[in-house]
Amino acid sequence: MAQGQVKRVSGPVVVASGLEGPRMFDVVRVGELGLVGEVIRLVEGDATIQVYEDTTGIRPGDKVENTGQALSVELGPGLLKSIYDGIQRPLNVIQQQGGDFIARGLSAAPLDEKAVWEFTPTKKVGEKVVPGDILGTVPETPLLTHRVLVPPGVEGTLRRLAAGRYTVRDTIGEVQTAEGKSVPLGLSHRWKVRVPRPVTRKLPPVVPLITGQRVIDTFFPIAKGGTAAIPGPFGSGKTVTQQQLAKWAEADVVVYVGCGERGNEMTEVLTEFPHLEDPKSKRPLMERTILIANTSNMPVAAREASIYTGITIAEYYRDMGYDVALMADSTSRWAEALREISGRLEEMPGEEGYPAYLGRRLAEFYERAGQVEVLGPGARPGSVTVIGAVSPPGGDVSEPVSQNTLRVTRVFWALDASLANRRHFPSINWLSSYSLYTGDLGPWYAEHVAKDWAALRNEAIELLQKEAELQEIVQLVGSDALPEREKAVLDTARMIREDYLQQSAYDEVDTYTSIGKQFRMLRAILDFGRRETEVVGKGVALSKAVELPVRVKIARMKTQSEKEGLGAFDLLDREMTDGFRVLEEEVVA
Amino acid sequence: MSAPRTPPVPVDYRTIERIAGPLLFVEGVDNAAYGEIVEITLPDGDRRTGQVLESRRGLAIIQVFGATLGMNDTSTTVKFSGEVARLACSDEMLGRVFDGLGTPRDGGPKLIAKDRREIVGNAMNPYSREQPSEFIQTGVSAIDGSNTLVRGQKLPIFSAAGLPHNALAAQIVRQAKVLNASENFAVIFGAMGITSEEANYFLKEFEDTGALQRTVVFLNLSSDPAMERVITPRMALTTAEYLAYERDMHVLVVLTDMTNYCEALREVSAAREEVPGRRGYPGYLYTDLAQLYERAGKLKGRKGSITQFPILTMPADDITHPIPDLTGYITEGQVVMSRDLQRRGVYPPIDVLLSLSRLMNQGIGKGRTREDHRGVVDQLFAGYATGKDQRALSAIVGEEALSDVDRIYLRIADRFERRFVNQGYEEDRSIETTLDIGWDVLAELPERELKRIKPEFIQKYRKAPAPAG
Repeated sequence: MAQGQVKRVSGPVVVASGLEGPRMFDVVRVGELGLVGEVIRLVEGDATIQVYEDTTGIRPGDKVENTGQALSVELGPGLLKSIYDGIQRPLNVIQQQGGDFIARGLSAAPLDEKAVWEFTPTKKVGEKVVPGDILGTVPETPLLTHRVLVPPGVEGTLRRLAAGRYTVRDTIGEVQTAEGKSVPLGLSHRWKVRVPRPVTRKLPPVVPLITGQRVIDTFFPIAKGGTAAIPGPFGSGKTVTQQQLAKWAEADVVVYVGCGERGNEMTEVLTEFPHLEDPKSKRPLMERTILIANTSNMPVAAREASIYTGITIAEYYRDMGYDVALMADSTSRWAEALREISGRLEEMPGEEGYPAYLGRRLAEFYERAGQVEVLGPGARPGSVTVIGAVSPPGGDVSEPVSQNTLRVTRVFWALDASLANRRHFPSINWLSSYSLYTGDLGPWYAEHVAKDWAALRNEAIELLQKEAELQEIVQLVGSDALPEREKAVLDTARMIREDYLQQSAYDEVDTYTSIGKQFRMLRAILDFGRRETEVVGKGVALSKAVELPVRVKIARMKTQSEKEGLGAFDLLDREMTDGFRVLEEEVVA
Repeated sequence: MSAPRTPPVPVDYRTIERIAGPLLFVEGVDNAAYGEIVEITLPDGDRRTGQVLESRRGLAIIQVFGATLGMNDTSTTVKFSGEVARLACSDEMLGRVFDGLGTPRDGGPKLIAKDRREIVGNAMNPYSREQPSEFIQTGVSAIDGSNTLVRGQKLPIFSAAGLPHNALAAQIVRQAKVLNASENFAVIFGAMGITSEEANYFLKEFEDTGALQRTVVFLNLSSDPAMERVITPRMALTTAEYLAYERDMHVLVVLTDMTNYCEALREVSAAREEVPGRRGYPGYLYTDLAQLYERAGKLKGRKGSITQFPILTMPADDITHPIPDLTGYITEGQVVMSRDLQRRGVYPPIDVLLSLSRLMNQGIGKGRTREDHRGVVDQLFAGYATGKDQRALSAIVGEEALSDVDRIYLRIADRFERRFVNQGYEEDRSIETTLDIGWDVLAELPERELKRIKPEFIQKYRKAPAPAG
């Protein structure tokens, strides 16, 4: 261990001299407390360090030790259900060590070293193994089987591998490489957070990540392995949307990174998730979730690290062949951490004080998403979907973080303050949002939902666009001046908005809608609209059609449980047909 | 919490190289700790306090809490205390008035230190937090009904010059209570750069309602040194943490005016020649504000709680200004005051649509407020928003051009403002009254428009339609 000395301290940035052979991004320990830091600049033998903990009390002359290791995470069974800070310290262990307030200089093993895992091998001694090969399995939670992989870089003949009960510190086997070297195998290994884990190749995204959120699945879907940005001003529902996705997205593993956000929000996730059921397996959602919590008042440098910690863990589960979804809330806070550190380094600022490398760093992060063929034989697929919230100042997306994010993400869910103010949630604006995956995913929807899915979706979007145009006229002359036909269009559009797009995260049924139900709901609304326009054309007063009791029933479909299947929709269709027939007959009579 | 070692023996330095704005650059100092407190003695014997902002071998940059008036670079001495900023906390603080740095300003005795706490608190472990869920009834419909407050929440008031935020804050402090609970409570009032008139208003309010004995006041007036303001909220929150977590009290912290606090930070940042963020505010404003606001909350297994009511004035009523903007991103909602409602004589002039309580959902519903709460409020929001649109429209095309339903919404918007939002300064409404008024406002709406409310609640609570008009 090469020991150096603090030369200068200013907030989270410390300059140290006398370190022996420091390398960029080496992890160091600063002061008597051993605060964790990372080398981010080297000038004439002096190392500039960003410290992941509060530096109050650090003074020139304090010792600095180089661990010689880059910032890395430990990957193995026991990650699920954990809550970590930005540098993978388990917050529950930290609490036991240091109390309710996070004390400094604590260190704790990321994975429970005492937990015993039942390992069942799938490979036999004597077999050749390559990186990504599945050595065996461990039941990590009832929701997920942990596949123990040959780590990247290890290749050779399996000399030893035995079933049994192991901790993450035990050796489970041994590989002999071509050079005759023997490499021990364990349930876990470490990986540098700033280095993407290797894959065989990237694949085109063709399967949607179904989220149970109607406006997303129907209008602006995201593919498994895709990237999405959710920008919006405060109060527009970014966090609720992120949490809804974390709850209901059809992923095997969810990594939720609370990056510079509210402490109580993490508590909410911690309190709620153990009680929420996965819609398919009926197991608690917590069993597939990993939380990274670096709240806004926790040290700023660790906030910078937190999204790398999150995505590395996500890649690890992807490598097992799982579909992983990562939610980062919020990447703006991460960018601000970059800006703060950059400012302390007195770097030349780019736009709005952000460092010139902001765009590159964002792009690098989102590029770690993707539908891939993972390492190892068998061409197994796996995916990491990344959904990043952006918090633009004043909700103005012309600022650098939003703009750089939009350049690299393919789905844009534009949260709209005016919708949020009238409590239209999720407040995703249907006119300005987009998904570039719609085309790629079309075949999947046609095959798995309905052939006319795309046609229905387009019809709905056209109606909403037509509504926006008509609203401009209404603004000038009032709605009474419109012909009945166009009033019917407005009415249908209103149904789409209120009875379809609005979805309550707090209603136990409405919070998740299966894709099959989404289709039936949308079809019922559009059917009603078409018939409404039709009978109005035949001389029926629009107010009569609007007052049909079936219309209220359509509006209440979203809170109708799917437990008894979708039979209710057949009744609804029949009632609709009857209702409109009566109206037509009245006119004829 | 600080480093486990003996601090160096205090030494006096007379090596001030430069004085710039609120900053002193002291040469020849080799081992000042980051965040260390220093005592500065002026040539005339006057003393000031400061804090180390940056430390290098041979140089310490010190931020002075107070004016630099009368300091010189020859005979002013700087003494390093070897300690970070602390506040002596005890029960005797209740009923007392301190200045912005925690020194008594009411002529009373100095406090005997029981518990000397670092004023820069460590972050609460998210794992230790308890989800806030206890409904606080403020007696103000626009808050209880539509932006419900819960214990442990931080809910700022976004106001602007000339709006009655002080009256509203005083009313909330006076009326706030948790139903079916009589527990230990305390109020911490942290004032940064407010006028003596405003300060007196609050003190008199607290005195009249008998709350003064349960209140700790930290007062930094507009005539007091601006740099003290950087410390004042930390003093207030340190006291709050002591009372909440050591003395099991439910603490309500009112901080006013956060805009002055941020301006003081900007001044320090400018003096250090830092790269500015938006509008000259430092790039770390978000982190700094978060370190204050995030000190609200509840801890598992402890009785006390800290609820925060920061007040800030939006420069030029601009909600996108960095101060309200960053605040809104940290706090759990906001109560926004509206000049438009104020002009039309509505008190409290709360813009319900722009306001928000993020923790509301945990605090309302059956067993907490009333089962129909969520539905009624959602319906009111939707109705009011539609009604406001119709109001804007009717200003252009005339009311006659609106459809019948649209005209109902127009009336709902009016009734919502006049009856639901508007109430007396002394009026303390129960949550039932608030919700009943909500149903009154909605009475004229046909049942098919009540999409946000569950049918069983419509049956149970809906009022007979009121005569039009």
